[in-house]
Amino acid sequence: MGELFSALVSMLVAVAALGAFVVLLYGLAHLLPRRAREGGRVVSFLFPAILCLVVGLFVPAIKTIWASMFTDQDKPKFAWFGQYVDIYQTKGSREVVFNSMTWVVLGTLVTTITGLAVARYTDGMRGERAMRSVIFIPGAISLAGAGIIWKFVYAVAPSNVGLLNQVTKVIPGLPANMGGNGTRNWLLNQEFGGVNFHFNTLLLIVIFIWVSTGFATVVFSAAIKGVPDSLIEAAKIDGATNSQAFYKVTLPYIRATIVTVATTTTIAGLKAYDIVAATTGGRFHTSTIANEFFDVFFTQNRDGNGSALAVVMFVLVIPIVVFNRRAQRRAEEMIGA
Amino acid sequence: MIETVELTTEPVGRSVSVALSSKTGKVVVCVLVFFWTIPTFGLLVSSVRPEKEVKTTGWWTAFLRPKFTLSNYSKVWNSAAGSGDGLGHYFLNSFKIAIPSTVIPISIAALAAYAFSWMRFKGRDWLYIGVICLLAVPLQMALIPVLQLNTHGAHIGSIPIIPALGLQDSIVLVWMAHTFFGMPFAIFILRNFISALPSELIEAARVDGAGHLTVFRKLVLPLSIPAIASLAIFQFMWVWNDLLIGRLFGGSKNLPIIGKLVELAGTRGQDWHLLTAGAFVAMAVPLVVFFSLQRFFVRGLLAGAVKG
Repeated sequence: MGELFSALVSMLVAVAALGAFVVLLYGLAHLLPRRAREGGRVVSFLFPAILCLVVGLFVPAIKTIWASMFTDQDKPKFAWFGQYVDIYQTKGSREVVFNSMTWVVLGTLVTTITGLAVARYTDGMRGERAMRSVIFIPGAISLAGAGIIWKFVYAVAPSNVGLLNQVTKVIPGLPANMGGNGTRNWLLNQEFGGVNFHFNTLLLIVIFIWVSTGFATVVFSAAIKGVPDSLIEAAKIDGATNSQAFYKVTLPYIRATIVTVATTTTIAGLKAYDIVAATTGGRFHTSTIANEFFDVFFTQNRDGNGSALAVVMFVLVIPIVVFNRRAQRRAEEMIGA
Repeated sequence: MIETVELTTEPVGRSVSVALSSKTGKVVVCVLVFFWTIPTFGLLVSSVRPEKEVKTTGWWTAFLRPKFTLSNYSKVWNSAAGSGDGLGHYFLNSFKIAIPSTVIPISIAALAAYAFSWMRFKGRDWLYIGVICLLAVPLQMALIPVLQLNTHGAHIGSIPIIPALGLQDSIVLVWMAHTFFGMPFAIFILRNFISALPSELIEAARVDGAGHLTVFRKLVLPLSIPAIASLAIFQFMWVWNDLLIGRLFGGSKNLPIIGKLVELAGTRGQDWHLLTAGAFVAMAVPLVVFFSLQRFFVRGLLAGAVKG
């Protein structure tokens, strides 16, 4: 408790120092010639934030790009895009990038569709808020905590504590390679029903969907309520059925929101490190770029390769953000906002 | 944006004729929501079952032969099974990390958001676009250089610009990291709100001779409480739930509870009685924060999401 108290005192000192610094700088601006005064004041308001952004994000990002162009030896040599070629040519790294893409595509698709469905069908329902709160609960839990919760669901024999094994066991006639005898090691096996399609990675994506759907639902609900009643009523008078009104009126109207949610989910999926770290630790071919980055950097000490992985993440984000901006602008034009 | 706020705080205000749902859809969604709760429910039940039971039988059997205990909680709280301090220590660490990592970046971002909204200067829009671009930079891109800044300082050629901070294993370094990485989002959300404040109000105060500092402190800050509150909740939950920064920046003594939990899952993966209780302790704080302050939280998220 004493430690917490002293931490809070340090925090207050830091905030007070920030305040004093801004006031001092603002006062000093008064000494400047009249024409430069306003500029001085702007600096006093912006300086702390810009300092954080430059020192903490901008310069580090540039340095990471630079570092990704060197080899991993003790005396790093400049290698242009050697690390990227290496990522492309190594089977393991290629698999990692492929896994991340699967996370992004499947995770985003299922999250968005489920979120829309829940938002649509709970709209106007009795107990609507309670339903949304329940589905949001996983979103308030840490990704790592969610990983542990689901590791428990996927738990394997000898301890018969895993829920999933219990469920597959009681389904009659399920073959053993689909968990029929209730002793399947879910997080280790890539095959399912005899076919290898990275099934354990899919099980990790389920965790991600479980966590992120709540956020999507809450945002979609608000957006659906924002659609003017008159539009829907008009469509209905013209003879539209419920689903026609939903697909032809509501969906186009909330298009910008859908794009925003899809973008946020995509970026979150790309950054997903906690779920993998808390469940498989990236073993059994389940690693993602974010997890591999941590591994390569801190356990293998390969600075160049780790930096290149971070840059790959960034490069994958860019088209999504650009698409988001463009889609949003088009949507705004459509509804004349 | 103001309209959005109204809409979200309003209760179910839609006539039945306009709601676009069918009976089947509703039933399916109810079932879905029910399934959504099962994993968390199983965790909660398991955390109060005796060690032997948790390890040998599934939690769903607990209702046939009810036997409950709180000893898992006291065990995991006081001693995390032989490896140093109990979770209690790390629980406190999480507060030591999360409160300052919420207050400090928001203070800095509020100043910047004011400048971007109500001060006129050349290149303002370009600078703001730069901030937005930094939103897209993944944390991982900046992580290592910030760690190196701490150990080596910054140089241009051989000229030192910033000396080595030397904050190894200090909680201050964790605060700094969260401040850096949370800054673009904080500025983005606060600017959305602050720039939407009525301009007559702010210009009237300026005409009356109030300086920017006065307008900021006496007018803009009090009016922005809703946005600041929601951002604070968001940032607090984000920092509390973070694993990556907590693991890398503070050293083992300052590990947050999430970090310790993942460590436990690695070293004592079969001790489900401890893991379930520990996970629930770690979840409790963000859940309480979310449910008690839900209204503010949703508003703040929508300020960015619905408007775009």
